[in-house]
Amino acid sequence: MDILEFYKKALTIRFFEEKVDWLFSRGLLGGTTHLCIGQEATAVGVVGALRQDDYIVSTHRGHGHLIAKGADITKIFSELLGKREGYCKGRGGTQHLCVMELNFLGTNGITGGGLPIAAGAALSIKLSGEDRIAVCFFGEGASNQGTFHESLNMASIWNLPILFVCENNMYAMSTRFSDISKFDDVALRAASFGIPSVIIDGMDAGRVFENTKKIAEKIRQGGGPALIEAKTYRFCGHSKSDARLYRTREEEAAWKQKDPLPKMELKLLEVISQGEIEVIKRSIKASVDDAYEVAVAGEDPGVEEALEGAYAQREDLLPQGNI
Amino acid sequence: MPWTKIYSNKEEFEKAAAGSTLRGITYKEAILEATSRMLEQDKSVFVIGEGVDDAGGVFGTTKNLHLKFGKDRVMDSPLAENGITGIAIGAAISGMRPILVHMRVDFLPLTLDQIINHAAKWHYMFGGKLSVPLVVRAIIGRGWGSAAQHSQSLPSLFTNIPGLRVLMPATPYDAKGLLRAAVYDGNPVIIIEHRWLYDHMGHVPEDDYTVPIGKGIVRREGKDATVVGISYMAYEAMRAAEALSKEGIETEVIDPRTVKPLDMGLIIESVKKTGRLVIADTGWKECSVGAEIVARIMEESCGILKAPVVRVNLPETPTPASPALEKAYYPGVDHIISAVKKTIQK
Repeated sequence: MDILEFYKKALTIRFFEEKVDWLFSRGLLGGTTHLCIGQEATAVGVVGALRQDDYIVSTHRGHGHLIAKGADITKIFSELLGKREGYCKGRGGTQHLCVMELNFLGTNGITGGGLPIAAGAALSIKLSGEDRIAVCFFGEGASNQGTFHESLNMASIWNLPILFVCENNMYAMSTRFSDISKFDDVALRAASFGIPSVIIDGMDAGRVFENTKKIAEKIRQGGGPALIEAKTYRFCGHSKSDARLYRTREEEAAWKQKDPLPKMELKLLEVISQGEIEVIKRSIKASVDDAYEVAVAGEDPGVEEALEGAYAQREDLLPQGNI
Repeated sequence: MPWTKIYSNKEEFEKAAAGSTLRGITYKEAILEATSRMLEQDKSVFVIGEGVDDAGGVFGTTKNLHLKFGKDRVMDSPLAENGITGIAIGAAISGMRPILVHMRVDFLPLTLDQIINHAAKWHYMFGGKLSVPLVVRAIIGRGWGSAAQHSQSLPSLFTNIPGLRVLMPATPYDAKGLLRAAVYDGNPVIIIEHRWLYDHMGHVPEDDYTVPIGKGIVRREGKDATVVGISYMAYEAMRAAEALSKEGIETEVIDPRTVKPLDMGLIIESVKKTGRLVIADTGWKECSVGAEIVARIMEESCGILKAPVVRVNLPETPTPASPALEKAYYPGVDHIISAVKKTIQK
């Protein structure tokens, strides 16, 4: 694990999300968005332990996963701003970001919707005899969806190469997990499908990385599905209009003590100086600001583009010489 | 063409085909043959669904395919319709061509999240970067006490959604050709098959071919009235047309074959000629495929009708179980005959 690289990625996510938050507060960005400030360690730790050709299926809170996978933040800004240069030509927005060239199979506006889709990508890998794996992020809230139970069951019986990563940030919107589940741990549920699981500190990128690395390799070698439950916390609200009345400021303060970024800085200080860290921070902050400026100067899609693309034209699919 | 004809049973087919060298097979055999050929030719094709490997093989349409191609490619699945649909979508976007089979259309409502929120939208909302070449087959039951939860038709659940295609083949030829077209279309395609068509026979070439999606067909020409017969009702419409012909009324029968997209050009051309329209559908009336056909005629050529349209649909109740009630419930040839006469009397 290259701690410096991880730190830079995590910092990019943090500054990106803070910029998005700021843009929203100024009315410069429309719609809604779900920020992952506080949860950066799960994104960089999990994705950093994967190969480039591994699939990722993300959630509504997916900017961090995508940035960790190596996406161009200018293109993410462009998509959020509804620009033609966006990853999805402005048709998807924050909840529908897909980057096929990174094997990133989309953020998703339907809670739990990505679980079977990730299992399907894993089935594809298995049927093709490849040694890739599929990784599915989901929140603890999604573990009450039927798709969670259906997908874990099928992943188990078919021994699919899939890693389920539960980012348990304790709240499904404003609903506390302990109010909607008899147990605090999602990992317990994996046991009923015969899927091994671990519960880890999701605020510690190093721990997330080491666990993911170990488990992902086992899956890659045919070990079948596994589940990681990372206990984490979003420092911001569920979405832009959330005043966080369902939790106390004391609880928030206690979690802020576990902020993954200062933790990484402490580790970094063993190899570089505080001054160098400040330089890195300034440079990444500037690159995020620059990315936004480039994106916002981009083109709005033409009105005719709204009506294009409901259907794929895939003449390439038909096998040759059979008709 | 021989394969545009509709025959109900073996006797009818053999009588018509006497002296012909063209091969005849049933609707279910046509589906089995199309599936088997694609499994043979294309490693990315696989079949998944509850009971696809059972002894009956989904009423014969997947029979013994697991023995030939292995259980990895003809996969039995748990009772988890939404999950299986998601798995098929995930496989489709990562390079496979799944054919997902449901023994009853009634199980499709369990899959609507994955079909409507995901499959239908992915190509558009991801900027055209990935398509979802997913085929979902589902079968309309009828009779044997199928009743409310094993007999629904439900195309309108899907025809309302951009990004989807909905096919309702009525003949063995179309069943084979449209299934192949669906697998290689590149978009999510729902194929709704009527169980009562499964033993119908027809000419089916042994070679591979596709039937174009969005092209209807004139099953019988006539000048006095047009009947659009969807799925099994195409056959009932043919019987009605024969009976009406004996009374001197010549009915044009159109089988749209695919209900999304609809071949409105073909229907409008026919109605321009006849001025009268009856639509016979396997489902309910409100917001149905028939409703869409009428609306499109109003939008595109509202002056061509000489009489009000008459629609033949299921009554506005769920399907009853009792055979006595079922008899009263389902419209058929007689209803179509009356409907045609009604358009002519006006």
